[in-house]
Amino acid sequence: MAQNEFWQGNKAIAMGAIAAGCRFFGGYPITPSTEIMEVMSEELPKLGGKFVQMEDEIGGIASALGASIAGKKAMTASSGPGISLKQELLGYGYIAEIPLVVADVQRGGPSTGLPTKVSQADVMQARWGTHGDHATIAYAPCSIPECYTLTIEAFNMAERFRQPVLIMADEVIGHMREKITIPEPGSFKVVDRKKPTVAPDDFIPYRPDEDDVPPMPAFGDGYRWHVTGLTTNEWGFPTNDAPDIDLKANRIIRKVERFRDEIVAYREDFMEDAEIVVVSYGSVSRSSLRAIRELREEGVKVGHFRPITIWPFPDKEIAAFSKNVKHIIVPELNAGQLVHEVERAVKGNCEVHGKSLINGELYKPAEIMSFIKEVA
Amino acid sequence: MPREDVKKLLRSKFMPHIWCPGCGHGIIMHAILRALADLQIPKEQICISSGIGCSSRMPGYIDACTLHTAHGRSLAFATGVKMANPELTIVNVMGDGDGTAIGGNHFIHACRRNIGITAVVMNNNIYGMTGGQASPTTPEGAFAATAPYGAIDPVFDVCKLAEGAGATFVARATVANPMQCEQILKKAIEHQKKGFAVVEIVTYCHTQFGRKNKRSRPTDNIKYLKEHTVLKAQADKMSPDELKDKIVVGEFVNIETAREYTDRYNDVIARAQGKA
Repeated sequence: MAQNEFWQGNKAIAMGAIAAGCRFFGGYPITPSTEIMEVMSEELPKLGGKFVQMEDEIGGIASALGASIAGKKAMTASSGPGISLKQELLGYGYIAEIPLVVADVQRGGPSTGLPTKVSQADVMQARWGTHGDHATIAYAPCSIPECYTLTIEAFNMAERFRQPVLIMADEVIGHMREKITIPEPGSFKVVDRKKPTVAPDDFIPYRPDEDDVPPMPAFGDGYRWHVTGLTTNEWGFPTNDAPDIDLKANRIIRKVERFRDEIVAYREDFMEDAEIVVVSYGSVSRSSLRAIRELREEGVKVGHFRPITIWPFPDKEIAAFSKNVKHIIVPELNAGQLVHEVERAVKGNCEVHGKSLINGELYKPAEIMSFIKEVA
Repeated sequence: MPREDVKKLLRSKFMPHIWCPGCGHGIIMHAILRALADLQIPKEQICISSGIGCSSRMPGYIDACTLHTAHGRSLAFATGVKMANPELTIVNVMGDGDGTAIGGNHFIHACRRNIGITAVVMNNNIYGMTGGQASPTTPEGAFAATAPYGAIDPVFDVCKLAEGAGATFVARATVANPMQCEQILKKAIEHQKKGFAVVEIVTYCHTQFGRKNKRSRPTDNIKYLKEHTVLKAQADKMSPDELKDKIVVGEFVNIETAREYTDRYNDVIARAQGKA
């Protein structure tokens, strides 16, 4: 019997994490993400999992990385300023290849900005916030059911590729309530990290398999290995040798890029004959779809493309349809972060119009209708 | 030469180490290894965690589950490790900057939680790896790369800080007495079942601190430590004036009845599952 609930987005993210097998949460309160940790503090111990409210944002991500190294699926959650604080250790997760899920319920910024107002201004922070090069996987849910399912997917990708994965909700998605039919356990895939199959004495901690991902034991499993944020050779020890650096630096990018087609997720609506396409994500996509449905009734040939993974960015897919359309409109709740990626993908095939709203409000469907009418 | 059972805890193929010849950190590592060997903890069940700096390179040389984290964050990582697997014996090694400056917040809260980790603060009064800048334990009047006119910042007393924040085992030793280091470390590691143990080991950086402060040879520093060390029992009878510039060594806190954090979290699990 499918169970129906009327959940808040933040609760759906927490419950999705638990369904994915998350058994550790370390975090620090920050609006508008806090309900995720509140739900975790209540739900995890019921399953024998652990929750710790750390002394700061950095402690939150550090404890989650530590728990992951010791074998638990782990998560932290935060919003703008907290994500800024977590950036160095996000980088640690990328270089040391530690599976982790980070929920970023976006609010207005910079700095303390607008704690209770919606924003999508962490798009570039997610991609380039930490120093150094790495591959990013980030999901932007647009509904409460997606908060649940995409968090499961985020855990699956984190475990598969051994790296942090972000859930980029926004304040509206995190705080709104909506009906959700809880998927039955067993109806969705749950991925666990690869464990080594060799004897502990033959274990080489960062020697990758054919898929560029090395197997990962847990501390306490019987394997002894060294984890560090320094660039290392495949033995996991610090290196200054250019060939070793080259191998490591490129592998942690390549392991995701190779499987890009399996990771990239998007949704298309009304695209078959579209001459105008709105590209929008997260909460904005809800206003866009409403606008598009109404304009379709008036006979305007407008479609919608929604990136579900904002990283890797669905550039190939956008490039493909851009040859058949006249205009692409990109409304987003920032001063124009994703529109540059769209322009890069489109390569001049059609006109790209960025629209930005940074006053803490959500686009009304009427506003998006007027953008479409301007170019129609 | 180390004993055979101690040698087995070394990753000798990753030697030579990065420490300067004569550095006190080697004495501390040897004491930690002797303590772990004596306690006969299987190396697969040992986690050595650290932050950043000379002292924090130590885990790399130890054949166990080792975790070299970011500057100041080792105790926060170790908190997650311990919660995920309370069976592990965790020795968290860090420098004075790691423990009391950038990681000060994690340090006091690990003390407050009383989580079962043994924290070893390797105090050499300086940032060594970055070139000898002043730390929160650089003595007033001492010279450093960032205190060319002498430091004016008052110093942190690591042991008092730990005691005030709630650590249930607190002790201090110096590298001038390696046997005392070993004995205290053994007690501190055993205390892990009851909670957070802090061992400050006063060491030296002859290369960076010593060069600017007339203690440029390792022997100058050992001599200095020996001349300035006072046992706690003696110190209790001395006046504040007599204690100026003295390093008081011994056990300051040892609460046998303390209850460890992951153990207390089991109560939360029991309550959440309706079993308590």
